[in-house]
Amino acid sequence: MRYAGRAVVDGLSMTAPAGALTIVLGPNGAGKTTTIETAEGFRAPHGGTVRVLGLDPRADARTLAPRVGVMLQSGGVWPSLRARDMLAHVARLHADPLPVAPLMERLGLTHVARTPFRRLSGGEQQKLALGCALVGRPELVFLDEPTTGLDPASRISVWAFLGELRDAGVTIVMTTHLLDEAQALADHVVVIDRGRVAAAGTVAELTTGGPGLRFQARPGLDVAGLQATLPAGLAVAEPVPGQYRVDGPVGPDTVAAVTAWCAAAGAMPTELRTSGSSLAEAYFALTAAREDQP
Amino acid sequence: MSSALPLTPAPGAAPTGARWWAQARLEWRLLMTNGEQVLLTLVIPLAVLAAVTTLDLADIGTATPGVMALAILSSAFTATAIATGFERRSGVLKLLGATPLGRSGLLVGKVAATLAVIVLQLVLIAGAALLLGWQPPAPPLLAVIGLVGLGTLALGAWGFALAGLLRAEATLAVANGIFLLLLFAGGTVLPVDRLPGPLAAVAGLLPSAALGEGLRAALDPTGATTPWAELAILAVWAVAGVLVAVRTFRWE
Repeated sequence: MRYAGRAVVDGLSMTAPAGALTIVLGPNGAGKTTTIETAEGFRAPHGGTVRVLGLDPRADARTLAPRVGVMLQSGGVWPSLRARDMLAHVARLHADPLPVAPLMERLGLTHVARTPFRRLSGGEQQKLALGCALVGRPELVFLDEPTTGLDPASRISVWAFLGELRDAGVTIVMTTHLLDEAQALADHVVVIDRGRVAAAGTVAELTTGGPGLRFQARPGLDVAGLQATLPAGLAVAEPVPGQYRVDGPVGPDTVAAVTAWCAAAGAMPTELRTSGSSLAEAYFALTAAREDQP
Repeated sequence: MSSALPLTPAPGAAPTGARWWAQARLEWRLLMTNGEQVLLTLVIPLAVLAAVTTLDLADIGTATPGVMALAILSSAFTATAIATGFERRSGVLKLLGATPLGRSGLLVGKVAATLAVIVLQLVLIAGAALLLGWQPPAPPLLAVIGLVGLGTLALGAWGFALAGLLRAEATLAVANGIFLLLLFAGGTVLPVDRLPGPLAAVAGLLPSAALGEGLRAALDPTGATTPWAELAILAVWAVAGVLVAVRTFRWE
């Protein structure tokens, strides 16, 4: 994809597995929306191949329209139209839609059902747009930043809803800037940077930075004492004062040994984590080079 | 939070007729509940009819077809351009174009709702004119239907083209500006032969004048005729407008 001659998405190759929840991550301007909108059929690629449910998003648009739910990054609703009327209208375009009132209830929109779209809060507008993407009971949905602008409780509620939809067999492809969202929700993560796929895989695959355990506690604890209680193959270190790490194949016994050692020293371990790295660390490592490039 | 919603996928489009009907009804409701649009399409034409006859600018037999032409201009061109411009900006066209409604359904809904508004306008104007003493001839019905249909298509296509070309605010300004211009100098309410000489020569070829002159001929109390020249002018504008709209319209 090129805009004004500038390649925005170039040589990008990704796959969203059927029945899974795929999250597309990437910095602003990385090409996430362009990629999604090309799959939605809004944009024609200048080259390459796009297949959605095995079909061409533009040539087969009429066949795909009932099968694919779309949530734009913003808008899509008449400003003067009441929330419920918009959802009911989109429902009427489908053969076997979700019942509108329970869907409004599920999205937490019942109290604003009769409010015109322009008077809804940003989060309520997002939730209505999400409802419009889902009401036709599609087998695949594209959601462009569905939780942007939602309060924390709504966000968790939407996560639960999306998880249920995925479990019911809906394929979900969504973009987000929230790394905790991706970590909590995604079956499959694609990191896009400067129009290319920087990494793709499960959260576990993206965060394997060697097995280990990390925690924080009072600085200056007796690292050698802990080392002595652990089997060979595990290395204890305090690279930064108060930041401890155990590298090697950790198991439940390792965690028990660490906490017992802390208890003996009268120290409280916090931020105890057994994955190699968080998705946030992996993400920043993948996209860090951006700032260094001219 | 438990859910009684059937979340398993069950994709499918509603029957075409149901989709089109839903869209046309919604478009109609949006037009009829929008104060500015009602002012433009219903209040202004009726006010112009009252003003022209009260101030004796034209007799009722000349004024009524002219106001009907003005009414068609207001809904087919100005209202369509403004509504479509804002629908483009708010992403409505983009989103609904990706639903089973599709772009064709959006167009069908718009045309159907606009024709319904025009029928309402013509009924109200005819009713008001009858109250003011209008005595219409037995009109050549096919000619009137042809004028209204071709006029709606020609003006609507250009309204659509305008909305696809300019930003929503610019569309609003330009569509209203053209409406005012054609109202006074476009041969709608006032016959072309009442305009100053050089203007009359140009105005006669405008779709607004073709519609106004055509309706005045078809509804002439002294002898209704079929205005072939005006029908031809409208047909040319309709073909040109559709071609331009198809080539230039952007849905987002």
